[in-house]
Amino acid sequence: MEKFDVLIAGGGVTGAAIAWQLARLDLKVALLEKEEDISEGTTKANSGIVHAGYDAMPGTLKARLNVRGNEMIHEMADVLNFDFNNTGSLVICFDEEHRPALEELYQRGLSNHVPGLRIVEKEELHEMEPELSDQAVCALYAPTAGVVDPFTLAISMAENAADNGVEFFFNTPVETIEKTETGWLVNGEFETKLFVNAAGLEADDLHNMVCEEKIHIRPRRGEYFLFDKDAGKMASHVLFQQPTAAGKGVLITPTAHGNLMIGPTADFTETKEDINTTAEGLAQVREKASMTIDHLPFNQVITSFAGLRAVPEGGDFIIGENADGFIDAAGIESPGLTSAPAIGEMVAEIIISKLHPGPNENYKPERRGFVNVNDLSREEWKVLIEQDPAYGQMVCRCEKVTEGSIKDACSRSIPARSLDGVKRRVRAGMGRCQSGFCSPRTMEIISETLNIPFDEVTKSTKGSKIITGRNKEDIQ
Amino acid sequence: MENHKQLVIIGGGPAGLAAAAAAKKAGLDDILILERDSQLGGILNQCIHNGFGLHTFKEELTGPEYASRFIDQVNELEIPYRLNSMVLDVDKDKNVTYVSSEDGLQTINADAIVLAMGCRERPRGALSIPGTRPAGIYSAGTAQKLTNIDGEMPGREVVILGSGDIGLIMARRMTLEGAKVHVVAELMPYSGGLKRNIVQCLDDYDIPLKLSHTVTNIKGRERVESVTIAEVDENRKPIPGTEIEYPCDTLLLSCGLIPENELSKEADVEISRITNGPVVNESLETNVPGIFACGNVLHVHDLVDFVSQEAAKAGEVAARYVLEGIPESEHEIDIKTGGLVRYTVPFKVDPNRMDENTIVRFRVGNVLKGGFVNVYVDGERKIHKKRMIMAPGEMEDIVLRKEWITPETKEILVETEAA
Amino acid sequence: MERDLICINCPMGCNLHVVMEKGEVVSVTGNTCPRGKAYAITEVTHPVRMVTSIVPVSDGNIAMVSCKTSQPVDKGMIFDVTRAMKNLVVKAPVHIGDVLVENIAGSGADLVATKNIDRI
Repeated sequence: MEKFDVLIAGGGVTGAAIAWQLARLDLKVALLEKEEDISEGTTKANSGIVHAGYDAMPGTLKARLNVRGNEMIHEMADVLNFDFNNTGSLVICFDEEHRPALEELYQRGLSNHVPGLRIVEKEELHEMEPELSDQAVCALYAPTAGVVDPFTLAISMAENAADNGVEFFFNTPVETIEKTETGWLVNGEFETKLFVNAAGLEADDLHNMVCEEKIHIRPRRGEYFLFDKDAGKMASHVLFQQPTAAGKGVLITPTAHGNLMIGPTADFTETKEDINTTAEGLAQVREKASMTIDHLPFNQVITSFAGLRAVPEGGDFIIGENADGFIDAAGIESPGLTSAPAIGEMVAEIIISKLHPGPNENYKPERRGFVNVNDLSREEWKVLIEQDPAYGQMVCRCEKVTEGSIKDACSRSIPARSLDGVKRRVRAGMGRCQSGFCSPRTMEIISETLNIPFDEVTKSTKGSKIITGRNKEDIQ
Repeated sequence: MENHKQLVIIGGGPAGLAAAAAAKKAGLDDILILERDSQLGGILNQCIHNGFGLHTFKEELTGPEYASRFIDQVNELEIPYRLNSMVLDVDKDKNVTYVSSEDGLQTINADAIVLAMGCRERPRGALSIPGTRPAGIYSAGTAQKLTNIDGEMPGREVVILGSGDIGLIMARRMTLEGAKVHVVAELMPYSGGLKRNIVQCLDDYDIPLKLSHTVTNIKGRERVESVTIAEVDENRKPIPGTEIEYPCDTLLLSCGLIPENELSKEADVEISRITNGPVVNESLETNVPGIFACGNVLHVHDLVDFVSQEAAKAGEVAARYVLEGIPESEHEIDIKTGGLVRYTVPFKVDPNRMDENTIVRFRVGNVLKGGFVNVYVDGERKIHKKRMIMAPGEMEDIVLRKEWITPETKEILVETEAA
Repeated sequence: MERDLICINCPMGCNLHVVMEKGEVVSVTGNTCPRGKAYAITEVTHPVRMVTSIVPVSDGNIAMVSCKTSQPVDKGMIFDVTRAMKNLVVKAPVHIGDVLVENIAGSGADLVATKNIDRI
């Protein structure tokens, strides 16, 4: 029987942020994740935007935590070494008729204490974004906004937590939660004083197992296109379309790695498993995005994907102790990614007020980033190869990822264990050939480094093996 | 490791090997082949089927056998090569930077460069096929690497999209290794592959071919569970109501090869939008003097024999460029295309630098039966050849004679004419 | 008995029509050259195919050795030949032309290596 002070259910960006905050305290913390890696849910399929914070209604948790999260991400990027680019954002108004609504958004931003906001007019706007459609009239500029790699944000927080003593249990869904004298018994196996529900799309299931007042999380799908890095220069800021009566528009944004991304749609789905893209959804994204830039190079699309938002019924984040010893961090839809570090902070405060822990004397705040040889100078790279020749063996040609980087990703406190795990950490397979060239070699490295038979290597989760058998095995 | 070479060849596949051998035979000694794989041979190493070499050796060889003929030549001629070496950058001053575990980071300044990097496959993502993203979706070449180099099967129940030769070859290979291939779907109303492969890869194994069909959905959370195929109309758009869902665990994609010119772009080499390969003149030289291109990186070939021919020319001219210099380009004439001709390689010729005979290769954009290939020089018809059949999947060629072209020539036209 | 087939000798891909009686070819139509007729006759009376494959290697610098039948075999024997390779493992070194299996599956053809593999 394992005994913990805090058990976090859910290894997405929210759970990771909470674990990261709790790691600085003298607490025994466990995080349970039903899939085999961090960020397997909504965290792996979203816009990757660090919002400035003008969008949410003043007084809501969304508003407060967005602004605080934005601030924290600026500070954290160089300490935890994840990929963040402070691009700034523009909410574009396409019709003078809608200018008053844009002004309103600006005022809302001021109420939310968003720094640096201002309205830019047509001429300056087109100087900032030369590819922008002529129809653009003015825009709300937010200099603190940016783009982040959601995987490395989540993984860097989780790794730092693991490095500092938080225990992670993968392939461990929460099945049962029983109230005990001292707290909770989870899966008949984990004893904990406090339970934190960061279970994303399934947060309502967990909450409703325990709490009297039920909550309801609705899955809402967003579809995206990702373009080749050659198209990355078409936008230098996050470009939002001003929401109008017609609906919320789609965005065009550079990514933290220099690709271009457009999307998302917003359709409620039947089940929480509908993470497929659809012909209609993709067509919608294409059409809507073309309003912002009318000459998007669709022949340079390298992939499309869909993610499900966990939409809370009430509209705001559900964060708080909603049953004795049971703390929700649920309904984390946009601006969830940006808010995550601040959500971690807020949940940690609740836990501190309940358990009064001392600090973790051995806490180390820095985390060594994943090695990207593209970020090294020639000399630095040469020295690295001399120390470890694996950094001279190029595996992913499109993104220039070496064997050394992949081995490193498979050797961390929370190691990559699958092709997608490697892809999310060090980018092998993210490029224009979408792992067509590098995947067999990456599989070999995963197999060697983790001592997994080659034919057991998976794409992501347990049931996603790449190989089905040896040649001629099935010949009768 | 010195940091200057007379000739650096990027790629040790069939194009690079043939170019190297030709350059050496033309008198150039200081050559270096840079190959990213752990062996020479390029894509031929995984093309274990036969059908190679009929033109070059008058024998039908398998891919590895064809490659070994050229690898043997490279070894006999003692041409140096580095394996596991990935070229990272080429600039217009002909500095080539590569990395390997053994050599670390190296930059070599070359008098001439031959680009022979081959091509890559178009992935599912670039096709925007709707559906989920489970394990079990491979480009045909990746699946071929797994079966033929690693001896591992990527699937048991297979659907293939794309009836180009790679898709057809893999339909047979998967079947021979124990998988069941349910259907090959092809977007166009005709197959892009050789008739011989239709017969010996599909008909022999009773694998149905559905022309004018495409994949409209993929289902499966962790592994492919089904692939939906629908018929398409004349605009190649799916026709609602024609969908058939095939339960399966694997989708192979053979939907186009793209010449791999990332390095070429870094060297400011002009790339054609039609071929996705460098624009070259009669010497197979790009717009950057001393940088030559051949093989699949220049334009996607069907027969490796023509790759070897083309590469030999590039190697030979590269050698001449280094040893003697080649005349300055004075009067370049663009080759115009007409009829169904999509492009020509070379794109332009300079009579001052042409050989007696210059092979001009081209592809048509649609099937033409009983038509003609015409070549006009300043309005005068020089070639009028009947061709029983021309198809997009079969590269064609004509021979341009130097004697037809003078510095006063204004226009060269290569066109097809309907019957 | 009548059969339709596509000639594979050249890109024309002529649609051939063969009429047979008592196992003998009576007529071939649809061909535009004599090679087509010859192909049709062979293909309906005694179709043969080359079989290529890959086989695992032990102690080699590469995991699999590619191989082929030394000559075309009866089309009906393709899977017999493949099945006969099921448990075959070849020891490095291997040279192009090495006989891996003599008279494989009684087909009359040997299985020969098509790749050079060094011993590690």
